[in-house]
Amino acid sequence: MSAITLKVNGQTHTLDIDPTTPLLYVLNDDLGLRGPKFGCGLGQCGACTVIVNGRTTRSCDRPVKDVDGAEITTLEGLGTIEKPHPLQKAFIEEQAAQCGFCLNGVILTAKVFLDRNPKASEQEIQQAMSRILCRCFTNTRMLRAIARARKEMAR
Amino acid sequence: MKTKSHAANELSLTSDALAALRRSGFSRRSFLQGTGALIVSFSMRGQLETLRSQFEGGGAHDSPPANEVDSWIAIAADGSVTAYTGKEELGQGISTAQTQLVAEELSVPFDRVTLIACDTAMTPDQGVTSGSQSHPTNFNRSNLAQAGATARQALLQLASKRLNVPVDELTAADGVIRSKSDASKKVTYGELVAGKRFDLKVDSNAKRKSPSEWTVLGKPMPRPDMPSMVTGQFEFVHNVRVPGMLHGMVVRPAAVGATLVSVDESSVKGLPGFVKVVVKKNFVGVVAQKPWQAMQAASKLKVTWTAGSGLPSHAHFYEYLRNQKPTRDTLLVNSQDVERKLVESATVLKATYYHPYQMHGSLGASCAVADVQGDKATVWSPTQGVWHQRGALAMLLGLKPANVRVIFRRGSGCYGLNGADTVTYDAALLSQAVGKPVRVQLSRKDEMAWENYGFALVMDERAGLDAQGNIIVWDHEAWCPVLGNRPGYSTPGNVITGMLAGFQPQEFQARTPAPEPTAYNNNSNGVPSYVAGQVGGAAQGTGTVKSERSLLHNVPSSFWTGPLRSPQRLQNTFAHECFMDELAVHAQADPVAFRLRHLSYSRLIDVVKAAAKAANWETRPSPKPRTNKAGVASGRGIACVAYEGGNGYAALVAEVEVDQDTGKVMVKRIVISNDSGPVSNPDGLKNQMEGGTLQGMSRALMEEVTWDNQNVTSIDWRTYHSLRVGFDVPTIETVLVNTKADVAATGAGETAITIVAAAIGNAIFDATGARIRQIPFTPERVKAALTSEVIA
Repeated sequence: MSAITLKVNGQTHTLDIDPTTPLLYVLNDDLGLRGPKFGCGLGQCGACTVIVNGRTTRSCDRPVKDVDGAEITTLEGLGTIEKPHPLQKAFIEEQAAQCGFCLNGVILTAKVFLDRNPKASEQEIQQAMSRILCRCFTNTRMLRAIARARKEMAR
Repeated sequence: MKTKSHAANELSLTSDALAALRRSGFSRRSFLQGTGALIVSFSMRGQLETLRSQFEGGGAHDSPPANEVDSWIAIAADGSVTAYTGKEELGQGISTAQTQLVAEELSVPFDRVTLIACDTAMTPDQGVTSGSQSHPTNFNRSNLAQAGATARQALLQLASKRLNVPVDELTAADGVIRSKSDASKKVTYGELVAGKRFDLKVDSNAKRKSPSEWTVLGKPMPRPDMPSMVTGQFEFVHNVRVPGMLHGMVVRPAAVGATLVSVDESSVKGLPGFVKVVVKKNFVGVVAQKPWQAMQAASKLKVTWTAGSGLPSHAHFYEYLRNQKPTRDTLLVNSQDVERKLVESATVLKATYYHPYQMHGSLGASCAVADVQGDKATVWSPTQGVWHQRGALAMLLGLKPANVRVIFRRGSGCYGLNGADTVTYDAALLSQAVGKPVRVQLSRKDEMAWENYGFALVMDERAGLDAQGNIIVWDHEAWCPVLGNRPGYSTPGNVITGMLAGFQPQEFQARTPAPEPTAYNNNSNGVPSYVAGQVGGAAQGTGTVKSERSLLHNVPSSFWTGPLRSPQRLQNTFAHECFMDELAVHAQADPVAFRLRHLSYSRLIDVVKAAAKAANWETRPSPKPRTNKAGVASGRGIACVAYEGGNGYAALVAEVEVDQDTGKVMVKRIVISNDSGPVSNPDGLKNQMEGGTLQGMSRALMEEVTWDNQNVTSIDWRTYHSLRVGFDVPTIETVLVNTKADVAATGAGETAITIVAAAIGNAIFDATGARIRQIPFTPERVKAALTSEVIA
């Protein structure tokens, strides 16, 4: 066990924890966050994506000790039901989900990408989403929502 | 450290139920005690007894009866409506549609209705949410829809008495009933029902609103769960947390068919957080304080297994399948003149089609929470059938069904029988062993290696054409391996955990020859759309060909099998619709015109025409004349289906490009038409059609379960291939047909996916002249076909 400090969605937490624990488990079980999801535990599907110091990170196979002191944003930290981020708003407007399990990884991946590439073409957006899995295959709506948010974010 | 938890006294209710109760001003305690709660005294008396029996260990009970209005609908004093349903939200949008339905039938606004789905303590037993049955079950002349219509009728009668105005001079809107001639004469639903139950049987004659009168149904309705999903607030089953909850992991056999020899508990004793090793016959699991600790313990636990039973060669699997004995044979249609008609035909065509086992491959590994203490159990499960699971769990745990409560919580999209039931059994067995609540989330490998796969099929098609190029005989013969199924109320052995714990899967009962069919049943779409479907003297199919046979041989499977979105229907339709194209080629006919020539049923004809029109279909025979055998070739294909023979109609045009140098298939454009009768939520339906289409593409182009001689080898997303969010998505255009017709609502969740593979296969042929008869259409397979095929 060792003391790990994480700044999650603006709040600082110090935890006494097995440092090999993957970040995802800490977020889900110790901090009670629902956004990041366990999909594969292998970093293959993207369901567990969080933003660590501005970069997307697959939290399911990332030991928490690697992110000690880091600033972490989860889907909850992006916006709220009352005050959603433009991406969250666009996903609601496009009704871009079915079961909703993939949304965490899809939205956070798109967020980091659009922050860096505010003028991305549709093809570049598509490319940026090529390592994320949605098994309901809501792809067309999600890509449309990301394109819609890009316009909103560019304003 | 902050943890999210619920107060213990609120644990047994779903969050939706809690919200409804709170809005009505009543706590969980008053709900249980039945004191002063209008919602209880009004409508929940039966359910209250159920709850009491659950919590106080009472005797057996039944589910809320489907013929009682109170089983479905409750109206609180403030006019808010609570509806209870046995059809649950899996991501398909059915909760939104059911809420629209209740709002429509009761003439109240959408947001005044709270829907509570699938909790054995509260909701009617409607079997499983599957097979595109939610609309047929709840939106036609029975169950939820009819209960709503009955309630509205009763409210109008009550208002008539109260206001002294005849019923036909009253109008209901916004939860208020008014006199049409004197607006001051009005009464709210809340005033009318205060303190009373409906105490009313569902009236099959109560008048439903016709689609032309709809104000809530038939309009695109945003899903109420969307805001909480996109902001990470939504509670999936994976997020359920119960005080004192431990975490479990399972240790599955080292090979298919292996049985347990021994478990060395000392290998994990002393690990941090370790609680217990649990063994029940061949079921092995570990429990620990935290999930990561449980995973560590599971991976370090030394378990000795016997060798596996051995698996058939993957490379020669289809040959093996065809030659398996014994078989269980079923005839769907048999005009008994097929062989003779084939001899009489001017041309006879034969082709064999192959479909692999495929996975549900849910994005989230399946998860459940169980709290088994003493002789009672409560589980939070993503199962598709809570009442079924209650029965099967009771058997597994040795408890009375009345002492088991199953609460549905949404999991990751399941598309059929994924790991939802088996993981609930895992959690329940582990919880029972430690006497504390246990949450289990399967590993990716445990999910993928042991789930009940979608069916593999080998399908022989034979047909004869007359001299004019008309089909005069069609014969379909298929081989399909089976092991296990949905567990139902009493067969926990139909999924891996139940079998490991000592229960048998449903018995394979050999039967040869097949009995002659006595009733027409095209549930599996084993009968092609183009034959007459004659059984018992009546033609019940959708086509014209009178000489017909469809024969299925089930054989035992080495792997677990179960329904995967459009089970067998997709596979059979792939063969039928590609073969129809092959026949059109030989008749030198346009594929659309050739289909229309052999269809007799107007709704199927109409969707074919609608798709062809919307796609701007180029009328000509396939293949498309080509100039070049290298580079990119483009083509189009069509396929159609009367889903399950008559539970929804769809046609799909695919436009593809084939890179003839690499064999890579690029789907550029998809046009789908769909007739599922009156449409509850057009946007929800389109979402299903789009998602079904792309899922169908993924299955057609990439997905296949693989194995070696001992184990499944497709165990993660590197070894089981799926299209990603960012692949080159085709444009998808949807055409809704017949949406306001006064016909019964049919299912719509599986129509599109059923015809994708065939339409793509036909488009590949149109582009290249190469016929691919095996799923998936991998570049290697397409390239091989391009090289070997004698180009037409």
